[in-house]
Amino acid sequence: MTVAHHVGLANAAMIASIIVAATTGDVLIASAMRQIGDLDEIKAHSGLKGAIVAVLTNARFFSGVAAMAVSFFSLLFALSHADLSLVAPASASLTVVTNTIAAKFFLKENVDKRRWIAAACVCAGVVLLAH
Amino acid sequence: MTFRRYLVLAFVTVSAPLGDSFLDKGMKQVGPVSLTHVTTLFHAVATPWIAGGILLLIGFFASWLTALSWADLTYVLPVTSFANVIVALLAKFWRHENISLSRWFGIFLITAAVGFVMRGPSYTEHERPQPAPASTKSAEGACL
Repeated sequence: MTVAHHVGLANAAMIASIIVAATTGDVLIASAMRQIGDLDEIKAHSGLKGAIVAVLTNARFFSGVAAMAVSFFSLLFALSHADLSLVAPASASLTVVTNTIAAKFFLKENVDKRRWIAAACVCAGVVLLAH
Repeated sequence: MTFRRYLVLAFVTVSAPLGDSFLDKGMKQVGPVSLTHVTTLFHAVATPWIAGGILLLIGFFASWLTALSWADLTYVLPVTSFANVIVALLAKFWRHENISLSRWFGIFLITAAVGFVMRGPSYTEHERPQPAPASTKSAEGACL
């Protein structure tokens, strides 16, 4: 195995860890917000304080925030080893795709053809913007 | 979707790149922070640009959570990815940076994605478990 091959594998592993943690965080936070319910309605009934308490007393929300923190530090770690021009677009664009897949299977969202096309367009668009 | 909810999505889209830009401008004013003077970061928080940036990012997170409470993740994500387009447009018209043809194509793709998603439903309604009919309940009660 060549050195270049090793570096490529290491970059792929770092980008994969960012994507997995970011997707886990997004799905957990989205799931927590679905569990809590419409914040506008909660605010109308219990005021802003009630809405804040509803969010801050949800364990799933904190799990999501923890996963987002892992994703952030994975990004920092990856940036200390690989180029920003590789890590940022690769992780941002692939996270859109993995989020769409995870939302379909874990959040049971209705991901129709329109949303798949949108995810593909965002993925390609982010890559093009980063160049 | 009400007008107010579109405003929340617009705020999510605008506040993140604006908050990042404020932090960037603030940190440029503060200058490089060395590991031996980490406390400089605490003083930096009190500067107007960085304080403004932090407020905008707190606002972004609050509105992102609000949006996720009444819209699907697969609806909010493409809509909020429009922030990338705002960053590119800010770079072009504020910082006078050059935008290549491939970047313009990227802007077009993201804008098209937002258009696609906005035309569809924002929320997937999940069926809630229906309460058992009264006759079944009484039958169960009889069994117990």
